[in-house]
Amino acid sequence: MSKRHTRAIFFFITPFGVLFALFYLIPILYAIWQSLYTVKRSGTFGPAEDVFGGLVQYRQVFSDGPFWQSVERVLLFGAVQVPIMLGLALFLALLLDSGLVQGRRFFRLVYFLPYAVPGVVAAIMWGYLYSPNLSPFTAVTSNADLLSPSLVLWAMANVVTWVYVGYNMLIIYSALLAVPTEIYEAAKIDGAGAFRTAWSIKIPMVMPAIVLTTVFSIIGTLQLLAEPQVFRSFSSAVSSTYTPNLTVLSTSGIPNFHLAAAFSVVLALATFVLSFSFLKLTQRKGVQ
Amino acid sequence: MAAFKLPKYAAMLVMAVFTLYFLTPLWWLFVASGKKDGQVTEGHSLWPDHFSLGRNLSDLFSYNDGVFLRWMANSIGYTVGAALIGTLLAGMCGYALAKYVFRGRELIFNIVLGGVLVPATALALPLFLMFSKVELANTFWSVFLPSLVNPFGVYLGRIYAAASVPDEILEAARIDGSGEVRSFFTLSVRLMAPAFVTIFLFHFVAVWNNFMLPLIMLGNERLFPVTLGLYSWNTQVNQHPELRALVLVGAFVSLVPMVIAFLSLQRFWRSGLGTGSIK
Repeated sequence: MSKRHTRAIFFFITPFGVLFALFYLIPILYAIWQSLYTVKRSGTFGPAEDVFGGLVQYRQVFSDGPFWQSVERVLLFGAVQVPIMLGLALFLALLLDSGLVQGRRFFRLVYFLPYAVPGVVAAIMWGYLYSPNLSPFTAVTSNADLLSPSLVLWAMANVVTWVYVGYNMLIIYSALLAVPTEIYEAAKIDGAGAFRTAWSIKIPMVMPAIVLTTVFSIIGTLQLLAEPQVFRSFSSAVSSTYTPNLTVLSTSGIPNFHLAAAFSVVLALATFVLSFSFLKLTQRKGVQ
Repeated sequence: MAAFKLPKYAAMLVMAVFTLYFLTPLWWLFVASGKKDGQVTEGHSLWPDHFSLGRNLSDLFSYNDGVFLRWMANSIGYTVGAALIGTLLAGMCGYALAKYVFRGRELIFNIVLGGVLVPATALALPLFLMFSKVELANTFWSVFLPSLVNPFGVYLGRIYAAASVPDEILEAARIDGSGEVRSFFTLSVRLMAPAFVTIFLFHFVAVWNNFMLPLIMLGNERLFPVTLGLYSWNTQVNQHPELRALVLVGAFVSLVPMVIAFLSLQRFWRSGLGTGSIK
């Protein structure tokens, strides 16, 4: 390798590398460092002082009931919402690809459009649609209080689904378009019908896309923030510790930055482990 | 042939039902943003009557010294600036990882990939503490600078560069005496153009939608992006009922730049979106 190339490589990588280190790696290390400290006061009204506390904050994280309830809540949310959303996305992508649908360009655009709506705006909009005295769908809202403690989680699941189905559908559909058509010809000659082709050929071929969208959905679910934060204005059932990220936010608002940092670290680690093990698991199963 | 007729109708029916599901809320928002004084339940709630969108718009733009327009401008500043620069930097890095063999290449790539799996919201709090230390929290830069980093863009950039920039072309450029950096800006950028648009679009959406970082970082209302501004209005609706009309019409207006970006970049995202998942 010539010297000139080394300089070019340096030129290409450094700008991103520096920013990545400054605004990704260092914050992670800083959060870990902050989470190891604790505030000590000399006397009730004495000045506060940061002292090294080891794993004191983590002990508090692990004994924090509401935090683990919120983790359970988002896991339940993800276990139901992610399969429904991705199932719908896959179903619609297969339908678009089946040759049965006319006006594919139109549907693709319409289904993708909600992705242009920020989570905050989507949540505000659906919040109004759910509110019994504001909604145009009184037939629904007068019979079921979608903002009640038992239903509000699923009302939010609908908001997330509404925003992301089309986006996920498009990723899967683009992968379907990249499948060489000769494979379908061969399947046809072998007498495979449309459903058989979809099940045995198309779905396995787009598995990498499904894995990718699943990982992003897992990350997104554990990060839930905008929807529950907005819904706090519409429903008293959404507490300030409703999701892990809301807990981080309200803890830093107290302010107890050391504990909030520990929450952040645990959440980031949990997200990383969950999405990474999903990736590994699917790879071992022989998916490319 | 007759056997195929039914599924075709059924397929179109399914597509139509989902079209309604996706469009009805947006249509309602449009109708509601035209209602007088935010009276969304008055008259037909799904059909415009006594349509006063124009008046609502002028209310929106003049409220509190035009703070809404300020928010829109902020959003565009944060988003377009960060997405343009961030796309170039991520593209360059991904390109180097794809086109050059060097020590530590896989290590760098894996670290960046790990960055994709770290939730951005987990970074918001430590970033706030860091920016507070250097007294830059609650400034434009505290939201703008972290928004420049897009690890997923590096991942996409590497895949696209490997697929769309042939080594032979770079070799030919070398023989012609072109430097590596010049070859990148004159040849490779052009070959990777659809990729750059896709990375840009993803980055644009991510920054435009970002909520936690500005929420934690910003206290000064004049610096808010439009999402945070609308959120803060919505939390005050109970105390200030007149804000409801502004929230609705503001939410509607806030969607316009994004929809324009989507429509005008259609050609690119339609073909480019899947590439990241093929490999």
